[in-house]
Amino acid sequence: MTQTLVKPDKVRIRKAGGVRVMYVYTWVLIAWLVLPIAVMILFGFNDTTGRYNQTWQGFTLEHYRELFAVPDLTDALIASLIVAVVSSLVSGALGTGIGYALGRYRFRGAGATNLVMFAAISSPELVMGASLLTLFVSMGVGPGWMTLIIAHVMFSISFVATVVRARVITLDRSIEEAAADLGATAWTTFWKVTFPILLPAIFSGVMLAFALSIDDFVITNFTAGNVQTFPLWIWGSTRVGLPPQVNVMGTLIFAVGVLIAVVANLRSRPRKTQD
Amino acid sequence: MNRVKRTLAPYLLVLPGGLWLLLFFVVPMATMLSLSLQEGDIVNGYVFTGHWQTYVEAISGYQTQLIRSLVYGAITSLILIVLSFPVAYWIAFYGGKKKTIYLFLILLPFFVSFVLRTISWRMILTDDGVLLHPLKEAGLLSAGFHILGTPVAVIGGLVYNFLPFMVLPIYVALERIDPRIVEAARDLYASPATAFRRVIFPLALPGVFAGVLMTFVPASSDYVNSELLGGTETTMIGQVVQSKFLTSSDYPSASALAFTLMAVLLIGVFAYARALGTEDVMKVAAR
Repeated sequence: MTQTLVKPDKVRIRKAGGVRVMYVYTWVLIAWLVLPIAVMILFGFNDTTGRYNQTWQGFTLEHYRELFAVPDLTDALIASLIVAVVSSLVSGALGTGIGYALGRYRFRGAGATNLVMFAAISSPELVMGASLLTLFVSMGVGPGWMTLIIAHVMFSISFVATVVRARVITLDRSIEEAAADLGATAWTTFWKVTFPILLPAIFSGVMLAFALSIDDFVITNFTAGNVQTFPLWIWGSTRVGLPPQVNVMGTLIFAVGVLIAVVANLRSRPRKTQD
Repeated sequence: MNRVKRTLAPYLLVLPGGLWLLLFFVVPMATMLSLSLQEGDIVNGYVFTGHWQTYVEAISGYQTQLIRSLVYGAITSLILIVLSFPVAYWIAFYGGKKKTIYLFLILLPFFVSFVLRTISWRMILTDDGVLLHPLKEAGLLSAGFHILGTPVAVIGGLVYNFLPFMVLPIYVALERIDPRIVEAARDLYASPATAFRRVIFPLALPGVFAGVLMTFVPASSDYVNSELLGGTETTMIGQVVQSKFLTSSDYPSASALAFTLMAVLLIGVFAYARALGTEDVMKVAAR
């Protein structure tokens, strides 16, 4: 039996043919994950003439120039952005409160709060959307902007709270103690020391809420009434054929999202190595 | 004064968000349960009569769709475990400095709207689309062959859409494993296969369980994939609930179905947790 020499600091799981297979397999799976994204991007450049943007007709930049040529689609995208901005800010504030309290204090009701948050994260969207609709129906409230934003804030709060709580728990209390020793009041310490440290976490919580909101379809479908968001418009127009502008907007949202994620990751990197 | 402030602080912080969750997450569940036991229609209003027969009618009427949804959800989760484990394993143990990049690539689909990426699959799989058309031209497939409208398309879509939810928790569980434990097993003459079966896999089980929870629930209650990729033979319970709520406004029956689905999923989740939990404990105790 031959035993390969491995540097002591390295994981000693024997390198075998299996590893190579897993490496190739990982890339095959990634390719499969990327395939529909690539198709979406590609067909944004398709010089399609008919109603259905399904077969390749040649390359064009026309749909990028004519991005806002479909007024309903543009309105839907704007509606999505409005709902995402408002709901991510509101859930950012409310979720930060819960996350801070859960991370910092021991109090009666913390367990119940945790349980409700877990339930809200793991409940089927279908049931959350449907039950909200029953609430609005039995209260006689017609669905629309108001109910849509209420719903989006509802499903985002728990995610923001989870992100913020994780940061609060790992917070180095000695920094706050140092501020207090130097004569800062609790109020000053919070706003000048604690809050700035938490800000990146709050920001990523808000970004997560924004992403969840702009992508949401199921709960939106139940609570939007006549408001058309980007996913709702796409859903409603599938049967009659989607204009290539949908692909272009999808591509742009994808590009911006990836860019923000990459920048945020690069910025957080030096801080991570310091820890 | 200060002490009072301090004890009140967590409550004041939790209150706004907590109230929001109470009013718009907890209360609606109760309204839905109540509405499912009411009788009436949308024009004349509903009256609570405790009419539980709605449940019997709804469940027996849509038994097929209900069971099909649970089966599709279970198959999806099973396929996902098999597909995700090697990837999570490879990234956790061999990803090196590029771990973050690999995880990011796995998460890429999340940057495209859920509906849009499903439609993209529909485009790829459509009968005269980029995948099937060339194969049919080449005579490799008969002209009548189709994927859309079949369970394969629906389950394929579900697997695609929820894959990151399985890879991530398994990765997190594997990542936490102390390499020295695996090393110890090998030093004690465990073959790589035995070390995997008796050390690595049991330690990864909590991740697998979390992955099942995060994929089975959304997959079996999904209606986007079955609507866009499926046909009349693949109707899932989500589609029924959705159309009863939004098209036919049959609220009591729709509420009864949604509530049944919720109950079944919760029971399933807890039963699985218990089964897996005890098994897990027994394995650890046996070693």
